[in-house]
Amino acid sequence: MCLSIPSRVVEIDENNYATVDTMGVKRKVTLDLIAEEVNIGDYVLIHVGFAMNKISKEHAEDSIAAYNEIAEAMRDGEISDEEGNNNYV
Amino acid sequence: MSEVDLIEGFRDPEHMKALASLITKECKSKINIMEVCGGHTHTIMKFGLSQILPEFIEFVHGPGCPVCIMPKERIDHAIALASMPNTILATLGDMIRVPGSKTSLQKLRAEGKDVRSLYSPLDVIKIAQENPDKNVVFFAIGFETTTPMSAVLVQQAIEKKLTNLFFHINHVTVPEAVDAIMSGGDAKIDAFLGPSHVSVITGYKIYEPIAKTYHTPVVVSGFEPTDVMESVLRVVRQVNEGKSIVENEYARAVSREGNLKAQALVNTYFEKRSHFRWRGIGDIPNSALKLKAEYAAYDAEIVFDEVLPKTELNDHKMCICGDILKGRAKPFDCKVFGKACTPSNPMGSCMVSSEGACSAYFKYGKLNLKGARA
Amino acid sequence: MSKKILLSHGGGGEETQNLIKDLFFKHFDNEILLRMEDAASLVMHDHKIAFTTDSFVVSPLFFKGGNIGKLAIAGTVNDLSMMGAKPRYMTCSFMIEEGFLYSHLEEIVISMRDEMAKSGVKIVAGDTKVVPRGGVDGLFINTAGIGEIMCENISAHNLENDDVIIVSNEVGNHGACILATREEIELESDLQTDCTSLWKPVEALINAGVKIHALRDATRGGLSAVLNEWAVTSHVCIEVDEAKIPVAKEVRGVCELLGFEPYEFANEGTMVIALPKKEAHRAVEVLKQFNETAKVAIIGYVSNIYVDKVVLHTPWGSERFLEPPKGELLPRIC
Repeated sequence: MCLSIPSRVVEIDENNYATVDTMGVKRKVTLDLIAEEVNIGDYVLIHVGFAMNKISKEHAEDSIAAYNEIAEAMRDGEISDEEGNNNYV
Repeated sequence: MSEVDLIEGFRDPEHMKALASLITKECKSKINIMEVCGGHTHTIMKFGLSQILPEFIEFVHGPGCPVCIMPKERIDHAIALASMPNTILATLGDMIRVPGSKTSLQKLRAEGKDVRSLYSPLDVIKIAQENPDKNVVFFAIGFETTTPMSAVLVQQAIEKKLTNLFFHINHVTVPEAVDAIMSGGDAKIDAFLGPSHVSVITGYKIYEPIAKTYHTPVVVSGFEPTDVMESVLRVVRQVNEGKSIVENEYARAVSREGNLKAQALVNTYFEKRSHFRWRGIGDIPNSALKLKAEYAAYDAEIVFDEVLPKTELNDHKMCICGDILKGRAKPFDCKVFGKACTPSNPMGSCMVSSEGACSAYFKYGKLNLKGARA
Repeated sequence: MSKKILLSHGGGGEETQNLIKDLFFKHFDNEILLRMEDAASLVMHDHKIAFTTDSFVVSPLFFKGGNIGKLAIAGTVNDLSMMGAKPRYMTCSFMIEEGFLYSHLEEIVISMRDEMAKSGVKIVAGDTKVVPRGGVDGLFINTAGIGEIMCENISAHNLENDDVIIVSNEVGNHGACILATREEIELESDLQTDCTSLWKPVEALINAGVKIHALRDATRGGLSAVLNEWAVTSHVCIEVDEAKIPVAKEVRGVCELLGFEPYEFANEGTMVIALPKKEAHRAVEVLKQFNETAKVAIIGYVSNIYVDKVVLHTPWGSERFLEPPKGELLPRIC
C-alpha cells in the first residue's frame, strides 16, 4: 500500500502528467500534488499513479556519504563485530 | 546519481554490516522501537534486520496498515455496496481479500459482482465516465499518504460533473493512533520509527507532540534497509543521550512542513470524524476523516445509508490481531498463526494485507522461530 | 483466405481444408503431417519415451519477444528437455474464436515454425476448432509432445547434500514482461520474455557427460516453486545466495513498483539444475556457449540445516525462508 519508489522524470505532457522511469520501466503519473516546478531529470517519489514529492539528490548523496564513512571506519578497524554489548548472541 | 542508486544505494551490504556493527557497539540497554508503518515491518522482515541487530533492539509492530485496522463492519459496508444492482465497487490492493463477516470482495467478484482492484485511484474517474448508467463507489483507504489522492478524485469528480461517482472514506491518521496505543499504558515502547510516506505529505511536525508527551525519540525513517538501520542508530544515540526529539532520517523526501499543496487539498474536501473504530484497538476519537457536509452528494455513507449494516462486529476470539497492532504480542504468539490462519485463509486482517505483521512474518519470518522447521 | 477466422473454418469442410493446407501445412511442413491420416504413425528408436501435454491460454497473445505460438512450442519442448528427452514429435490443437484475424494467426504459426527449428521437433498431428465469439478469448492452444529419453534418472527426488544449484538465465523475465503488457497497469518497458527452447543446451550437457540430478524449467511459480518442490521432494534444504541470483534491472523495477518478488515470476526459457558439486563448473562452461543460457549462474547449494525448506541468504548476513508462492499471482501467465 505504501509502496513508493523513486523515479526519474523523462517527459512531461500538457496535462501535467509526467512519464517517469524506474530501472528502465516507464509509467505515467500525475504531478497534480506537487506545487513546485518539476523538470526533466528531476527525481520524484511516486505512489499509486501520483508523484508525491521531489527527492533531493543532495540529501541522498549526503546520506550515502555518511554510510561510506561508517563503512570505512569498519574497514579501518574502528568498529568491529566483537565490540559492543555482550547480550548479543 | 540515478534512480537505481536511489534504491540500490540504500541497500549496500557494506553499509548494512557497518551500521549493524556501529549499533551493536553503541547500544547499551534494551530499547523497544515501534515501527508504526506496515511498510517498515515489511522491510525489517524481508531484509532480516532483526538478525543483524543486537538483541537489545526489539521491534514492536504498530498499527500502520490501513487494511489491517479496518473493522469488519466497514468491510461489510463495502460488500453491501458492491452487492447493489448496477454498481461498480473499486478499491486499492489488498482490500478485496479481507474477509468480512460472511464473505469478501474477491469472492463476490467470483460470483459475478463488479468489483475492481485498481493500481491507481485515478482509474476510478475513467470507470465512472465509461459507465454513466452505473453507480461507481470508490472505497478509499489509507493513512495520510493516500488521502490527498482521494482529494484529487473528489476535485475531479466535481470538475467533470460526475453524478455517478461516490466515495466511502476510511482514511485514518497516525498521531491519534499512536496516542491511543501509548495512553493505554500496557505497551512498553521506548521510541518510534516514523512512517516514511505519511511524513512526506504531513511533514514531520506532526510527531513533535508525541516526542514531547511520551518522552520518546521519534526518527522519521525511509523505507530502504540502510534507512531503517540509520534510524535505529539515531534512536540508540538519543536514548544514550537522554534525548527525546523528532529527527528526520528521510531528509531526501521529508521536510518539517510537508507537502502543503496536498494538505490544502485534503483540508478542502475532508474533515475529522469524532469517532472511528479501529480493528483490535477500539474507538479512537478524531483519528479518521470523512467528506465535508457540502460534499454529501458524493458521500456513499449518506447516499446509500439504507443498505449499510450498522452492527459493530468483533473478531474471532482466537485472533489476536488487536494485541499485535498494539504492540503487545508477536504473530508467533498467536495460536492460530500459520495453522488455521494463513494468507490463503486469513482469520484476521494482519494476515491478509501484505503490510500486516502476520503476513510479513509468514512470508519472511518463520526462520526466526528458534528450532522451528516447516 | 478471408481476413478473419469464421465458424466455417472449423466446420470440417472445404474452408477447414483450405485453412489447414494454406496456413498450417505450409509452415509445419513434414512428411508425416502431410500424409493427413487420422493419426501419425511414428518410429521411435530404442529409448524410453517421455510424453507430455500442455495448454496455452496466455493473455495477451502477443508480448515483447514472443506470442502464444512460440510459447506453445517452447513450453512443450522444454517439458521434454527437462526429462533429458530429445523432443521428436508434437501435436497441436487450435481453438480459435470466431472473428480472429487471419494475419495474427499467420504470425503465430510462423513463430511456431521458427521455434520448432531450434530443437528439430515436428508437429505431426493437429486439430482446428472455431468457436462462436466469447467461447475462447482469441486463441487457445493445446499440445502434446513425445521425446526420446537420452539421459535417464533426472528427478526431483535426486538432490543430495552438497549438490550445487544453477540457474541458466535471469529470472522473472516472462512474468514481468506479461505483467508490464497488461493494459490496466500501464507500464512501458523494453522487457522481453525469456521464452525459448532449451533442448540444445540440455543436449550439450548430456553429450558432455555432465551428471545431472534434477532439472526443471521455472514456469508458473518461478524459481521459488521449483526450489521449494525440490526441497520437499528430496527432503533437503536448499540454501541460496540472494546476491547471486541474476535478475534483469527492469524486472527489479517492475517488482519495486508493484511489490512483487522476481523469484515468483514465471519463466519460459530458464531452467534450474541441481548437480554434484564437482560437475558445476563444467556445466557452467557448457551452458555459457549458448545465447539462451549465457547468463548462467551458480546460486546455491543443498544442505540439511532446515529440511524441506529453501533459505535465502541476504548480502549482509541475515537469512529468511523463501516460502512457496501462494495464491494467484497473475492469471493467464502462460
